[in-house]
Amino acid sequence: MARTWAIIERELRRFRRSPILIVVSMIFPLVQLVVLGYAFGGTVKHLTIAVVDQDHGLQATRIRELAGAVAAGPQTYDLVNYADQGAALTDLRNGRVNGVLTIPPGFSRRVLTQNEPKVALIADNTDSFVSATLTGTMGSLLAAFNEPATPVRVPGKAALDVVEVYPYVPYIQYLLPGSITMSIFMMVMIGGGIIFIDDKARGLHEGYLVTPITKLELVAGFNISGTIKAVLAGVVIMVIGSLVAGIPNPLDPMRMARLFLVIVVTAFALISMMFLLMVRVTDPLMPRAMFGVLNTLLYFPSGAVYPQQGFPQWMQWIAAIDPFTYAVHAFKSLLLKNTGMEAIASDMLYLVAFSVVALTAATALFKRTL
Amino acid sequence: MATPAIDVREIVKRFGDFTAVKGISFSVAPGEIFGLLGPNGAGKSTLIRMLTTLIQPTAGTALINGFDIAKQSNDVRRVIGVIPQAMTSDLELSVEENLLIYAKLYGVPRAKRQTLIHDLLESVELLQWRDKQVKHLSGGMRRRVEIARGLVHEPRIFFLDEPTTGLDPVSRTAVWEMLQRIKATRDLTVLITTHYMDEADKLCDRIAIVDHGTLVALDSPLRLKASIPGRNVLEVSFSHVPEGWEATLRSLPQVEGVTGSDHVFRINSHNGPVTTLAILETAARAGVTIQSLAVQSTTLDDVFVHYTGRALRDALQGPSAADSPFMIRR
Repeated sequence: MARTWAIIERELRRFRRSPILIVVSMIFPLVQLVVLGYAFGGTVKHLTIAVVDQDHGLQATRIRELAGAVAAGPQTYDLVNYADQGAALTDLRNGRVNGVLTIPPGFSRRVLTQNEPKVALIADNTDSFVSATLTGTMGSLLAAFNEPATPVRVPGKAALDVVEVYPYVPYIQYLLPGSITMSIFMMVMIGGGIIFIDDKARGLHEGYLVTPITKLELVAGFNISGTIKAVLAGVVIMVIGSLVAGIPNPLDPMRMARLFLVIVVTAFALISMMFLLMVRVTDPLMPRAMFGVLNTLLYFPSGAVYPQQGFPQWMQWIAAIDPFTYAVHAFKSLLLKNTGMEAIASDMLYLVAFSVVALTAATALFKRTL
Repeated sequence: MATPAIDVREIVKRFGDFTAVKGISFSVAPGEIFGLLGPNGAGKSTLIRMLTTLIQPTAGTALINGFDIAKQSNDVRRVIGVIPQAMTSDLELSVEENLLIYAKLYGVPRAKRQTLIHDLLESVELLQWRDKQVKHLSGGMRRRVEIARGLVHEPRIFFLDEPTTGLDPVSRTAVWEMLQRIKATRDLTVLITTHYMDEADKLCDRIAIVDHGTLVALDSPLRLKASIPGRNVLEVSFSHVPEGWEATLRSLPQVEGVTGSDHVFRINSHNGPVTTLAILETAARAGVTIQSLAVQSTTLDDVFVHYTGRALRDALQGPSAADSPFMIRR
């Protein structure tokens, strides 16, 4: 065990003297959290809608007033009046407007005679987010238009009352569990993968192999030191990320303790996986080439940025074995719902089992000689 | 006779179809400095890697201080110190930390560590640099750190794989002097590979020349030099070379052999002065001007060339750390 500690001591002393490594491995997840959090989490505003009123009747004016209210209030879109629908459609194709709202001739008369009155929304559906936002806003606008001027005293229609269990979760908070997992992965990749192979290529491992250290002591030294480094990265991003994302009561000691446990188990699972992937690699280019592939393959299917229920079947299979999935779920439970251990027990169990399998396989493959 | 420090017995190493070491046997006595010479790709590094337990032999074995390299690897590791060809000190760690980590890896008792490290740093003249990170040291100083690191557990046998390659002449001399000093104060057997024949000549008690995976010569430097034809080598450059000039040179008194190309000839002679006079007279008679003439004693270079030939060796080998685009050059 003393030899294992010697390896850990060496790795940590080197780590402490490589501030660039520490900064680089922590900057990326933080930047990703802030940029993605604000890029995707905001409300869409100031889209441009071309309004072509071919009716000019009283009901058309009501539609335009309701649309004007949205433009003035939530500012989802700005309105531009067009006299000619052809010109409006040309501007839609050229990207000057995001949608064309056409109120056809006779709309007001059809409303009064209850003869299937319709307005048309022609949306640029090359951007599904924009088109979905416009469709949703216009749907709400027409629902308001259809409401009777005098409310019915006892409504006969069924209505949905939504009760939210937790406070509103901004997208940046939704991303935080993925960013913490990413920071652990980054440190595992740089500190455990790239440096491990570089040391091997430089002949540093030869120095170990001529000492009386055993195979198990070596494997334990590499993995424990990698875990410690990854835990440090995870803890730093957990604290800074919680403050940046505005997690309520971020320094709650009980939650911090549970988060620390998840960080340790996740770090150990990821370093075991990395060790298994790198145990027979000698080419320093390999971990660098694998970095992007692994990053994409582990991070996106994990549910860190988008719900897994929306994935195709093959991607759900990847998600099912991806250790990120369980880490992200555990972090989400603790950070967004402040749950206890029972909510994350199955995640912890999977990560521990994953570590045991990966480390056993890696140890079997690890060669005590060159 | 005392048990040999190193006893190599018919050791073989194959990599697929290629046999790198073809049944080499030799032994090294305790306290001896043993040099292993050979051209690139001759099998020296493979041999030294087998002896230091880094790779397993395919057949045969070797006993290091009485321990079998294949069956008692950990016992072997405890009695050997190894300086690999590549510089493998931790650049970010200080000189002292490098030694401390290895003292722990070798299980040196805590009570002895500081004294040992202090004495070693004093021996390699790095005491004043003990707190400096290795990355701030010159190549020669880094090599000295590695020598101290290799001795931190007080090994009985010290393996050095080309320890002076890449060093400037001053650093090379310093490293060799240091090794001699350490050797004089410790009960140490040294096995060393080098490309510098002058160093091997001055420092090694015995030298083994390895070529194509076999042992082609083994003896003291003096006897090796005596074993090849001629006691002197004359290197002569002529203004022009008449027909049959090489045969004329061969027929001169005391000449053992002649090799040459263009206008320059190397002549092995049993008696340098006699052959020199004969060359001067013969050249004058033939109207050939001597542009330069150098007489030297037989050197290990001549021995090396005699046993291994002068052909350029091209061999495929696995990639080394130095090939890596991410290798930190030192």
